Amino acid sequence: MHRDDLAPDHGTAVLPAGPRRGYRIGIGGPVGGGKTALVAALCARLRDELSIVVVTNDIYTEEDAEFLRGHAVLPDDRIRAVRTGCCPHTAIRDDITANLAAVEELVEAHDPELVLVESGGDNLTATFSYGLIDAQIFVVDVAGGDKVPRKGGPGVIRSDLLVVNKIDLAPMVGADLEVMRRDAERSRGGRPTVFTSVRHQPDVAEVVNWVRRQRTAAAV
Amino acid sequence: MPTCSAAGLLLLADSRLPSGGHVHSGGVEALVDRGLVRDVDDLAQLLDGRARTAGLVAAAFAAAGALTAARNDGSAGSRGTWAPWDAALDVRTPSAALREASRSQGTALLRTARLAWPMAAGLLGLAEFGRPHHPVLLGAAAVAAGATAGDAATLAVHHLVGGAATAAVRLLGLDPLRVAAVQAALAPVTDRVACEAAELAGLAIAADDPDLLPADAGPLPEILAELHHSSEVTLFAS
Repeated sequence: MHRDDLAPDHGTAVLPAGPRRGYRIGIGGPVGGGKTALVAALCARLRDELSIVVVTNDIYTEEDAEFLRGHAVLPDDRIRAVRTGCCPHTAIRDDITANLAAVEELVEAHDPELVLVESGGDNLTATFSYGLIDAQIFVVDVAGGDKVPRKGGPGVIRSDLLVVNKIDLAPMVGADLEVMRRDAERSRGGRPTVFTSVRHQPDVAEVVNWVRRQRTAAAV
Repeated sequence: MPTCSAAGLLLLADSRLPSGGHVHSGGVEALVDRGLVRDVDDLAQLLDGRARTAGLVAAAFAAAGALTAARNDGSAGSRGTWAPWDAALDVRTPSAALREASRSQGTALLRTARLAWPMAAGLLGLAEFGRPHHPVLLGAAAVAAGATAGDAATLAVHHLVGGAATAAVRLLGLDPLRVAAVQAALAPVTDRVACEAAELAGLAIAADDPDLLPADAGPLPEILAELHHSSEVTLFAS
């Protein structure tokens, strides 16, 4: 990946709480794609390098937070669960106030260098508002079918990083990774796509490197 | 010439305005979980009761907030002006979970309103005060948007009813058209409650005495709010 891969500067919202602190990355995508596993992997890889906090939006509120606590990737007080009133996409896009409040409380308490906001599982049309985050990762898995990158939708097309996860399952579900790679390249206008198997290769090196580059480019 | 001045008010009435309301069910989730609200008829009765109790109180505090924000003696921008009205709503809300739900929604709307109307003295005063109750903030926002104390009172009941109605549609799969009809049938009650609330707020403001504001409530929403807050699996924050 090169310099053009970096997310554009979307500006910083003028918030009553003052200037934004901590680089904020949204992780979205359909149910079961591996968002929580990716968040856990990023925390495990980066926690010795960066001060990290996580906001989760799981439909059952505490489910993702419990997973992260259970895997002991971060201390409890660095994870906050936000209830989204049956509307995970509203909470990350149209009315981000509940998530902003959670992010700002964590920022106030820990002054982190990296803030991860994990959306509740939704569908291909869900994306984050740049009022809430600085860059976003959209996670899909091969078991959803190799037509997903071709179908597009705002998450696939406009996310700053597309992660195609569970590539180890590709032979089992008849997914052609080369087709997915080609379609993603065509639909994403040069924005990067990485292929992962978080379960089998939890170091998620390409995603970790992307996060590091994002932070460096934002000069935070 | 006709007078057209409702655009700001309509913005505040629109549930699409970012204000944190969509993550709250107005107590409906706790009732649905216990089988206490099951269909459109149950919902209609619930909304009628809530409008006349919690709705009246919220509307009175919204109107008082509007009248305070509209003062032209410079006091609206000072945090001390707001403290007694804030405290008066605290003592009318026994459930700590409901007090928090009100403050988190007040703070969410303040976030949006301060960007929308950066020069509004009432909003500045409440920002200084920090984490205001939703009805009080709604009143100050209404004034910023060019609306009256009566409008603020109507907005408070409108959101109380609308938030609960939307949550019931999501949780029970109710027919949204029938739920809209229930809300329409309730509109005259909403207007009456708002008028009474605005009148009471006028008296309380004239006497500078928040104790004169109404304190109508039902025990069940307060108790259920506490149970909801401590339950493991919930979709709405309250």
